[in-house]
Amino acid sequence: MDDSHGFDLVAAEPLDDVMQKIAEHKGCGTTSGSSGKASCGSSDGPEDMAPEIWEKVKNHPCYSEEAHHHYARMHVAVAPACNIQCNYCNRKYDCANESRPGVVSEKLSPEQAAKKVLAVASTIPQMTVLGIAGPGDPLANPAKTFKTFQLISKTAPDIKLCLSTNGLALPDHVDTIAAFNVDHVTITVNMTDPEVGAEIYPWIFWKHKRVTGKEAAKILTDRQLQGLEMLTERGILCKINSVMIPGINDQHLVEVNKAVKSRGAFLHNIMPLISAPEHGTVFGLNGQRGPSAQELKALQDSCEGEMNMMRHCRQCRADAVGLLGEDRSAEFTTEKIMEMDVSYDLKSRQEYQSAVEEQRQAKVAAREAELATLQDAEASDIKVLVAVATKGQGQINEHFGHAKEFQIYELSTSGAKFVGHRRVDLYCQGGYGDEDSLETVIRAINDCVAVFVAKIGGCPKNDLIKAGIEPVDQYAYEFIEQSAIIYFKEYLERVKRGEIEHVQRGDAQIRQGALIEA
Amino acid sequence: MAYKIVASQCTSCSACEAECPNVAISEKNGTFVINPKKCTECIGHFDIPQCVAVCPVDNTCIIDASYPRYQAPGA
Repeated sequence: MDDSHGFDLVAAEPLDDVMQKIAEHKGCGTTSGSSGKASCGSSDGPEDMAPEIWEKVKNHPCYSEEAHHHYARMHVAVAPACNIQCNYCNRKYDCANESRPGVVSEKLSPEQAAKKVLAVASTIPQMTVLGIAGPGDPLANPAKTFKTFQLISKTAPDIKLCLSTNGLALPDHVDTIAAFNVDHVTITVNMTDPEVGAEIYPWIFWKHKRVTGKEAAKILTDRQLQGLEMLTERGILCKINSVMIPGINDQHLVEVNKAVKSRGAFLHNIMPLISAPEHGTVFGLNGQRGPSAQELKALQDSCEGEMNMMRHCRQCRADAVGLLGEDRSAEFTTEKIMEMDVSYDLKSRQEYQSAVEEQRQAKVAAREAELATLQDAEASDIKVLVAVATKGQGQINEHFGHAKEFQIYELSTSGAKFVGHRRVDLYCQGGYGDEDSLETVIRAINDCVAVFVAKIGGCPKNDLIKAGIEPVDQYAYEFIEQSAIIYFKEYLERVKRGEIEHVQRGDAQIRQGALIEA
Repeated sequence: MAYKIVASQCTSCSACEAECPNVAISEKNGTFVINPKKCTECIGHFDIPQCVAVCPVDNTCIIDASYPRYQAPGA
C-alpha cells in the first residue's frame, strides 16, 4: 500500500516546511513564473499547482473540485450561538429537507459530535474532513468548538479539521486554531466597505454591546482582515466565502477579492444569495433577489484572473454528512449513533484512499491524451457550456431523470473546465416523467448547448432538442472531461461543415429552496 | 423585575447563556430559561442586558413585570 498520499497526519513534522512555503506563497498568487497560476483547490489538477499545496488540499472536498467526487466531509453542529446578525440568515427556520447553511435539525454536545465523527468515518471510508460551521459561529462557541477538535484529534488523527467563521472573534482564537492543527479556515467576507456592510449586517455583538450600522460593519471587516492575515502568517490555508447579493455587493466583491488575495487567502468562493421568502430572512421578506447563473459565472470569471475561484460549493447545511451534493445526515442522528458499535479502522480507510488515487490518475491521463489532440486542431474562439449528469468518480454515470444536479463544464480549445453546478428537482419520480419538472431542468441548464447523460428517455430527449439543448448519451460511463473534449472537437467540425450554427445561449436560473431527497 | 425568555420564540442557540454575568440562564426542555432570582437585569454589570443584546430573535428576552425591579445591593 502506498502511504505517500491520502493522509495528512496533521501533526507531522514535514508539514511545518509546507506551512512556511504556503505562507510565503501568500495565496498561491498569480506569479509571473512559468507555472502560472497555482490553482489550489480549483477545478484543475496537480499539474498547475504547487505540489505542497496540492498535497494539503487534494483530499479536501470543500477545497478541491477534483476531490469532491471522491472524498466526503461532515459538519457537526456543536456551535449554535452567533455574535452577528446577517440579513440572509434566519435562525428559526429548520427543516430536514432544507439545504442551506446555518440550518441544522439537531444540536450536538462535543462528546456526541466526537462519537458521530467516528461512526461516520467507520461507515464512509471516504470521509476525510470534519468541519465546524455552525449553525451559529464556531468562534462564538469557542469552548464547544475546541473541545470537539480535541476529542477528535485524539481518536481519529487522520481526519482534517476545519472551521468556518464570520471572523468577528477570529483574531482572539488564531493561536488556539494553530495549536489544534486546524489547517483550513473559511471566513465569510461579504464586504470591505462599511457602507456596503451596513446593508448586509443589521448588528454585531461586540464588547458586551449591540453595535449597528456602519460602525458595526467597520469593526467586522477590520477583524476579518486581521484574522485572515494572522492565519496566513501561520501557514493556515484560508478560503473566503462571499455571498453575492445583486445590487448590494455584486460589484464590490471584485474589491473584496483583491483585499483577501493580497492578505494571503488561497481560494475565493462566491456563492449566490439564497433568499426564498419562506425562509423568513430579511432579504427573503423584502424581495431581494439572488443572482442568475450567468451573473454568478460572470463575477466568478472576472475575479478568476486575480485568484482561484471555487465553483463547486453546494452551500450545504451545518450538519451535512457525505459527499458534496448528497446528504446522509439522516443516517447519523444522535439516537442512531449512540446505538452504533463503532470501530475505527484506519487500514480500510487507507485502502479506499489508495484506490481513489489510482482512479484519479486514470482520469487525468485520459483527459491529457484527449487534450493533446484538441490542441492540434485549428484555433477557435468558440466557448460553449455543457451540463453533465454524474454520480461522481468523474464519470458520466447518472440517468437524466435521476439527476438532482448537473455539473457545468465550459468547453474551449484550451480544454474542459468545471465552472459550476446546477441543482434541479428530481425529474423522474415514481418511474415516469413530470412535465413541470422537465421545465425546471431546462431552465436550470438553459445556457448549455448539450447535456451528457448515462441514459435518457425518448420524451425528455425531444423536449430538450426543442429547447436547443442536445441530449448526449453516447459517452455513458466514460470520463467527463475526456468525453467533453471529444464532443467539443466534433462540435467545432460540425460548425465548420455548416451542419450546426453556433449561437449564444440564454441565461439560466439558480434554484432556490429545499433539495428534495430521493 | 427580571428578564424572561419567550419560549415560543427561542431558537435554543445558547448565545445568552454564555453572556449572562449572573449565570442565571440555563437550558430546560429544549429552550433556555432565566432564573428570576439570579437575574439583575445586568444592572451594575453592563449598560444593556446581555441576553437582549445577543439574542438573534427580537422581543424574545423581555422584562417579566411579575417581579419587582431589581435593587442593586446598597442602592
